[in-house]
Amino acid sequence: MVSRAAWLYIVVVVAITGILVARTHTTPFHFHPKPSQTPHQLIVLLVLQALFLVCDSAKTPLTSRQTKWSPSSAATLAAVVLLGPVAAALVGAVALLSLRRQLLAAERLFNGAMYALCGLAAGTAYVQLKGPGPVGIPSYKQFWPIAIAFAAAAAVHVLANHSLIWGVYRLNRGSGMLRREGLESSLTLLLASDLGYAGLGLVIASLWMIMGPFSAVLVLVPLFVARWAMGQFAEQQRAYAATMNALCQAVETKDYYTRGHGDRVSRGAVMIARQIKMSSDRTDAIRFAGMLHDVGKLGVPTQVLQKTGPLTEDEYAAIQLHPMRGLEIVREIGFLYEALNGIMHHHERIDGRGYPMGLAGHEIPEFARVIAVADAFDSMTSTRSYREAKSIAMAIDELRRGAGTQFDELVVQAFIKALEVEEWPLAAPARAPADLTIVTVQDHDDPTAPLQVVIP
Amino acid sequence: MAGSQPPDRLAYLQAIDSGRLLLMAAAATLVTAAFAVTAVEVRPSAHPTIDWTAALAFGGFIAFGELLRLALPGGRESAPIAMVGAMSYALLLELPARHSAKPHFEITHQSALLVIAVAAVGMIVGALPHIAAGRPAGVTSICARIVAVACVAFIFRPLVSDVATKPWELAFSIMALLVCFGWLVDALVGALIRADDVGAKFSVAMLDEIRLQWPLGLAVGASVIITAFSTKTIGIGILAVFIGPLLVTQIAFRRYAGIRATYLQTVRSLARVTEVAGYVEAGHSRRVSRLAVSVGRGLGMPEPDLLALEYAALMHDIGQLSLRDPIPGGATVLVSAADQDRIAELGADVISVAGVLDHVAELVRCQSWPAIGHDPAPPLGSMIIRAANAFDDMVGGSIDRDKSAAALERLRLDPTEYSAGVVEALAEVAGRRVPSRL
Repeated sequence: MVSRAAWLYIVVVVAITGILVARTHTTPFHFHPKPSQTPHQLIVLLVLQALFLVCDSAKTPLTSRQTKWSPSSAATLAAVVLLGPVAAALVGAVALLSLRRQLLAAERLFNGAMYALCGLAAGTAYVQLKGPGPVGIPSYKQFWPIAIAFAAAAAVHVLANHSLIWGVYRLNRGSGMLRREGLESSLTLLLASDLGYAGLGLVIASLWMIMGPFSAVLVLVPLFVARWAMGQFAEQQRAYAATMNALCQAVETKDYYTRGHGDRVSRGAVMIARQIKMSSDRTDAIRFAGMLHDVGKLGVPTQVLQKTGPLTEDEYAAIQLHPMRGLEIVREIGFLYEALNGIMHHHERIDGRGYPMGLAGHEIPEFARVIAVADAFDSMTSTRSYREAKSIAMAIDELRRGAGTQFDELVVQAFIKALEVEEWPLAAPARAPADLTIVTVQDHDDPTAPLQVVIP
Repeated sequence: MAGSQPPDRLAYLQAIDSGRLLLMAAAATLVTAAFAVTAVEVRPSAHPTIDWTAALAFGGFIAFGELLRLALPGGRESAPIAMVGAMSYALLLELPARHSAKPHFEITHQSALLVIAVAAVGMIVGALPHIAAGRPAGVTSICARIVAVACVAFIFRPLVSDVATKPWELAFSIMALLVCFGWLVDALVGALIRADDVGAKFSVAMLDEIRLQWPLGLAVGASVIITAFSTKTIGIGILAVFIGPLLVTQIAFRRYAGIRATYLQTVRSLARVTEVAGYVEAGHSRRVSRLAVSVGRGLGMPEPDLLALEYAALMHDIGQLSLRDPIPGGATVLVSAADQDRIAELGADVISVAGVLDHVAELVRCQSWPAIGHDPAPPLGSMIIRAANAFDDMVGGSIDRDKSAAALERLRLDPTEYSAGVVEALAEVAGRRVPSRL
């Protein structure tokens, strides 16, 4: 659905575009030429409009999240160079007729007006900076003035495009439509791609003199190859995440009660990461670190994990070693160094009494402080063979109690804040099947029931 | 990639085999001839028709492209932007006249040898920072690019006056053909070297090369033609304009190659959970996967299948995680057939949870099937994993020839269990084994 504020915004954008396009004929600047003056120019306009639609339908995900990218600005910018601002607005306006069927009417209206406005703004910038003379096929004699004016026009187009979209996104945050989740996170990549491909506008314009409409077709080839590569990237990224998930689940099959633990800790860590505004790369890394934080438990002999009574010192040492074992397994994976730190130090305590290194305070890497909170919280809210799960409120109280001694206060606060906004994927109340014999009876993650060690 | 080792000098020298030597000799001859002739031509007064600014601009563009090399999946190295620069300089038709009051365009006159000289200088300059940073110089791939550019330049440069005066459609068709030809030469050289390097069959390597490289080749080809034609309107300024789109395309490919590499690394690492948990001997998964891939390559499997085989071999023991107690020594060859089936089945279930690796899961599921007498017959990949696993269970990390001969003898005794063809390929691979440094 579209919120009322977003509708108002869309209407305002449409109105402003309409007024500006209408006024362009009468402004003191001599905008040249009107697109429909000659049949030749009409053909150019139609071809560029078709190119815009083809590019628009080829919108492709830039990352696994929702950020989509389309190279259609190349068509608008070619119109800027060949035909001027009004024609560029007319090319942008065909976004209204987009071939993507899933678009809502409001989205079409907004896109049409927004791209028209961007085209008009870019065209105005180009005409202003280019110097005297009509627009048209660029020539080598004025290459540098044209190139500079074009670069400015491209920058104006990209900026106008993103700020207008950002506006509608802000106004419509809560609802499903026009949402661009993760927009901020991959903004640099998106801006760079847009600016880079804007150059194709000038390429189309200069090829036009030689091969006419065919130049648009030729330029589409590298565009679609890039799109293919981006699609492959997104596909590989999805496959990668799915494979990670499967392998982590395999690791957890050993213990019925901790199933899904890695996945939930990973989600909790990501919730905290978003709350404390980590960059997208680091958020991705902490997602994997959360998922894999306990992988080293596999190196702990099953009989130690299953032991009912207090542990001997050696057995306790074996458990304390599991973060190091985890590090050993994942060390060669080429993701961020920080993720490895997160796995290795997720059992350190702020007061320095944790393991394996006994780091204290801010010596503990940020990733580890984040994972520690999510880890303890999930352990407390999950059922164990020897106790029922705690309620979320009780677990939050425990976190508050541990803040400053076991946990980082800021991280705990961020997590509590995140829990108010997002729902926690509570572990299913597990009842182990009767024939299952592998059951841990102590949980090394649970801060309310520390492991019992025989003191010699 | 984390912690790539500096190239071993001795290993590097050993890797220079006849195919490489031939390629390097060809490229060196071309470049020497090109430099010699260019040195004579270099007096601008003697050759007013050659646009030295353009030569410099294209050379710089090529160097920049060489600096931004691209590592593609399967350990291939490519420099698409350098290739666009070199090929379009070879196919350049017209440039704005420089020494004339009346603005007009002149047909370009650089000879094929000048094209080679410019490409070589650009690539060498672009490779210098790589060498300074301690990365491999990439001599082989530079030589392959130079040979490909030379082939195109020698055909096109003599024709340029004829082509430039004809309608653009004709020029376009000729350029398209030549770009394809140049790309095929590059792929052919790449396949020859690759077949030598990894011991693959040439025909398989060539098909792999074509299958994996065509999207990038298409983008490079179209970009070459666009660049070569655009100089007729805006002169060599096109290089400054076109670098933007080319960079974005390259970033797209880089990201794709990057995630592929991380994916493989992750599976390689996580497959070791069975070792850390004490289910199998240390290094087992990696040794089996290396053996399996070599055997598969020897049997002529194409690259996508080899990747699936590598994943399956890495994870072939993952089903053991569901067992209550580790098998003594982790050797699946010693447990009953029913247990082997169960481990394979459990492993396949684990892998199919991912939903994207069903073909890998299938290979793991069938790894316990006998080669003959099972209905349906197991896929080739599964038979390879079965044999490689049994071999490694018996031999381990040892490279003792007697031990490996005895193990092979044991496999040969059981032709219904282990496919005879696979065992022979395995014997060949085992004969080539050198001490692993892992």
